Amino acid sequence: MIAAVDLATVWAFIIAFAVFVYVVMDGFDLGLGMLFPLFPAKADRDVMMNSVAPVWDGNETWLVLGGGGLMAAFPLAYAVLMPALYTPMIAMLIGLVFRGVAFEFRWRTTAARNRWDIAFAGGSLLATLAQGVALGAILQGVHVEGRHYAGGWWDWLTPFSLLTGVALVIGYSLLGATWLILKTEGALREKAYRLSWGLLFAMLAAIALVSIATPFLSIQYAQRWFAWPNVALAAPVPIAVAAVTALLIRSLGQKQDSRPFFLALALFALSYAGLGISMYPFIVPQSITIWQAAAPQNSQIFMLVGVAGLVPLILGYTGWAYWVFRGKVRAGSGYH
Amino acid sequence: MLSNLDPIVLARAQFAFTMSFHIVFPAFSIGLASYLAVLEALWLWTGREVFLNLFHYWLKIFAIAFGMGVVSGIVMSYQFGTNWSVFADKTGPVIGPLMAYEVLTAFFLEAGFLGVMLFGLERVGPRLHFVATLMVAIGTLISAFWILSANSWMQTPAGYAINPDGQFVVADWFKVIFNPSFPYRLVHMVLAAYLTTSLVVGAVGAYHLLRDPHLAGPRVMFSMAMWMAALIAPIQILAGDQHGLNTLEHQPAKVMAMEGHYQSHKDGAPLILFGLPDQEAGRVDYAIEIPKLSSLILKHSLDAPLAGLDTVPRENWPPVAITFWSFRIMVALGFLIFALGLFSLWTRWRGTLFDSRPLHIFALTMGPAGFIAVLAGWITTETGRQPFTVYGLLRTADAVSPLAAPAVGSSLLAFVVVYFIVFAAGAIYILRLMAASPHHGEEGPRGDMPARAAGITPASGVAGQGALS
Ligand code: HDD
Ligand code: HEM
Ligand code: HEM
Repeated sequence: MIAAVDLATVWAFIIAFAVFVYVVMDGFDLGLGMLFPLFPAKADRDVMMNSVAPVWDGNETWLVLGGGGLMAAFPLAYAVLMPALYTPMIAMLIGLVFRGVAFEFRWRTTAARNRWDIAFAGGSLLATLAQGVALGAILQGVHVEGRHYAGGWWDWLTPFSLLTGVALVIGYSLLGATWLILKTEGALREKAYRLSWGLLFAMLAAIALVSIATPFLSIQYAQRWFAWPNVALAAPVPIAVAAVTALLIRSLGQKQDSRPFFLALALFALSYAGLGISMYPFIVPQSITIWQAAAPQNSQIFMLVGVAGLVPLILGYTGWAYWVFRGKVRAGSGYH
Repeated sequence: MLSNLDPIVLARAQFAFTMSFHIVFPAFSIGLASYLAVLEALWLWTGREVFLNLFHYWLKIFAIAFGMGVVSGIVMSYQFGTNWSVFADKTGPVIGPLMAYEVLTAFFLEAGFLGVMLFGLERVGPRLHFVATLMVAIGTLISAFWILSANSWMQTPAGYAINPDGQFVVADWFKVIFNPSFPYRLVHMVLAAYLTTSLVVGAVGAYHLLRDPHLAGPRVMFSMAMWMAALIAPIQILAGDQHGLNTLEHQPAKVMAMEGHYQSHKDGAPLILFGLPDQEAGRVDYAIEIPKLSSLILKHSLDAPLAGLDTVPRENWPPVAITFWSFRIMVALGFLIFALGLFSLWTRWRGTLFDSRPLHIFALTMGPAGFIAVLAGWITTETGRQPFTVYGLLRTADAVSPLAAPAVGSSLLAFVVVYFIVFAAGAIYILRLMAASPHHGEEGPRGDMPARAAGITPASGVAGQGALS
C-alpha cells in the first residue's frame, strides 16, 4: 500500500510537471497570437510568427502528454473531468485547430488581408480562454456520482471560472510580450516593452483577485492556506511573488532584454505552486484524490520507466532545437 | 431538434468524422516523411541538384499536411475523455500507457526535429539536417506502431485482467502490445501509407509529364513513385490476405460481414462479388457469386464449411452493408493499383515510361486512390467490430460519456464546419503547390524565413550568429 501511495504522488508530480511545461512553452506562443491584433504591420507579424514557427509543434505536444498521461495514470480523473469540462475542451481544440494551421497557411494565401492572421489570433484567444475557464471549473469542484460526472453541461460556467479565464489570457499575453522582448529588436521590441508594463500590472491584479476568491470556494482551501502549520509552507509563496515582481519591474525598467521573459515564467511557476498547494492531494477537488483515481501499479510503473528514460532525452533535443534557432529574429529584409 | 437524437449515435458520428479526417494526413505524412528522407539521402550521396529541388518541393507540401495532421490528432486524443469517458476509465490502464508511449517516443521526436527539418538546413548543415529528417520519418513510424497497437488491442484484446472496479488491467505487457492482430495491422497500414504517398507523388509527376515529358524533376519523381507502386501493391495484397485470415481466426463475425455471409455454408461458401445486403431479412439480394471461392480464399479448400452470421446472436451483428461495401472498395482499389504498377513496368521495359500518355492519365486519376482505400479499410475494420469497442468485452453503447445529446450534437456540428473550412483551405494550398512543377533553385517552406535570410545574408539573419552556411 505504501508503494501505491508513493507512485500516485510521483505521478501527480509528473502530470503537474507536464502541464506546467505546457503552460511555460505554449503559453508564450499563444500569448504571441493574442497580441497579433496590436501589431497590424505584416513585417512585424512575420517576425513574430517566425520566432515561434520552428518550435510550436513541440510546445503543443506537452498538452498531449498532459492529457494522455492523465488518462494513463489517473483514468478515473480523466473520465470525470473531460465530460465536466466538455464545452471548454471542445472550444480549446477548435481554437488550437485554427491557430495550428495558420502557421503554414498564412504563407500560402495570396489574399491582401490575411485571414489566417485572424484565425491565428482568434484561435489563440479561444484556446487560452478555454484553458483558463477549465482551470477555474476544476478548482471550484465538479459534481461526481460513483465513477461518473453527474453535473450538467453548463456547470463549468461561473463568475469564478470566467475570472480565471481572463487571468490566463492576461498571463499568456505577458509571456508573449516578454518573449518578443527576448527575440526581437527595434520598434517591435519597444512596443513589447510598453505592453509588458501594462500586462504585468494586469497580471498582478489577476493573481490577487484569484487568490482572494479561491479560499471562498470551499472551506478546504481556506484551511489549507490559513491554518497552522500550512501557513508556514504557504506563506513563502506570496513573498516570493513580491520578490519576483520587483525584479521584473527592474529588468523592464533597465531594458535587460533577456530577463523579463524568464522572470515572467517564474511568476507563473509561483502561481502554479500556489494552485498545487490548494489542490493536493485531490485531483478532482473535493471528490477524488490521486489515490482513488490512480491506475493500477503495474500501469504506473510501466510508464514510469518510459518517463524516466525519455523525458531527459526529450528535454535534451528540444533544448537543441531552441538553441539552433536562438538569437534575435529579424524581418526578411535582407532577402529578395 | 438535436435532443431527439441519440447521444451515442452522435458520439460515434463525431469520432468517425474526426478520425476519418485525421487518418488522411498520417497516411500521407508517414509515407512522405520517408520519401523526403530518401530524397535527401540521394542528394547527399549523388550531389545531384534535382534531388534537392524535389526535396524542397515536397517539403513545402509536407509542412502543410503535417500541420493538419497534428491539429486533427490533438482533437482525437481528447475525444476519448470528452465523448468516451467510460471507455477511458475502463481501458485507461491498458490503452493509456500505449498512447503515453506514443507521445514520449514518437510525437516529441517528430515535433522536436520538425523545426530543424523545415527551416534549419542553412543553420545546421546538410548532415545534421539529414539526421533531423530521418528522426521525423522514424517518429511517424513509431507513432503508427503504438497507436495501431492500441487499436489492435481493442480489436483482439489479450494479456489483460478485469479488476473489481470493472477496469481492464494489464497482466502481461508483451501480450498487450503484441496482441494477435497487431503485426498484421501494422504491416498493412504502413504499406498503405507508402502506397498512398507513391500514388500522390506519381500523380503529380504524371500531371507535369503530360504537359512536358522532358522536365527533370517530374521524370525522377514519377519513376520513383512507379517503382514503389509496382513493388508495394502485390505485397499489400498478400499482406491483406494474411490479415483477413487472422481476422477470421479472432473476429469471425467481421469476416462474415465483409463477405456478406448471413447464412452458413456446409460444403463450400461462395464469394459474393456484389449484392445488396439486407440486414433486416438477413440475406444479400441480387448477389453475383462465384461458387466455393470464399472457402478457397479463407480456408484454402473448395469444400470447407464456413459459418455465417446465423451462428451469431443478432445483438452482436455488425452493420453488414457498410462493412461489405467498404471492403469491396478497398480490394478493388488494391487491384487497380496493382494494375497501374504492372502497366508502368511494361512501359518501363519498352522505354516509354515518360512518354506514355495513357499511363500518365491512369496515374493521374489514381492520385487519390490511396486515401480512398485507407478510409475504406478503416471503415471495414471499425464497423466490422461493432457493436463492441473492446471486442467481445465492452459494448460501444456502454463506453460513451454521460452527456446530453445537444452537447454532443453541437460539438459535432462545430467540428464539421471548422474542418470543412480549414482542411478545404489546406487542400487548396497543397494543390496549388502541386500545380507548379519543381524547378531549378526550388526554395524550402518559406522564402522569407529567418533560416533563408541567414543563408543568403548571414549577418542580417541572426544577430550574434556566425555564418553557418
Ligand atoms: C485507438 C483507437 C482507435 C483507432 C486508432 C481508430 N479507431 Fe475508429 N473507433 C475507435 C477507436 C479507434 C473507438 C473509440 O473505439 C470507436 C468509437 C466508437 C466505437 O465503437 O469505436 C471507433 C469508431 C469508429 C467508427 C464508427 C464505427 C461505427 O460506429 O459503426 C469509424 C467509422 C471509425 N472508428 C473510423 C476509424 C478510422 C478511419 C480510423 C483510422 C485511423 C480509426 N477509426 C482508428
Ligand atoms: C484514435 C486514434 C488516434 C489518436 C488518438 C491519435 C492522436 C494523435 C495526436 C494527438 C497527434 C498529434 C501529435 C503532435 O502533437 O505532434 C497525432 C498525429 C499523428 N498520428 Fe494520430 N492518432 C490516432 C490514430 C492514428 C493512426 C491510426 C495513425 C497511423 C497509422 C496515426 C498516425 C499519426 C502520425 C504519423 C501523426 C503525426 C502527424 C501527422 O501525421 O501529420 N494516428 N495523432
Ligand atoms: C487487394 C487487396 C487487399 C486486401 C485483401 C486487404 C485486406 C484487408 C482486410 C481483411 C482488412 C480488415 C482487417 C481487420 O479489420 O481485421 C483490411 C484493413 C485495411 N486495409 Fe486493406 N486490403 C487490401 C488492400 C488495401 C489497400 C490497397 C490499402 C490502402 C492503400 C488498404 C488499407 C487498409 C487499411 C488502412 C485498413 C485498416 C487497418 C487495418 O485493419 O489494417 N488495403 N484490409
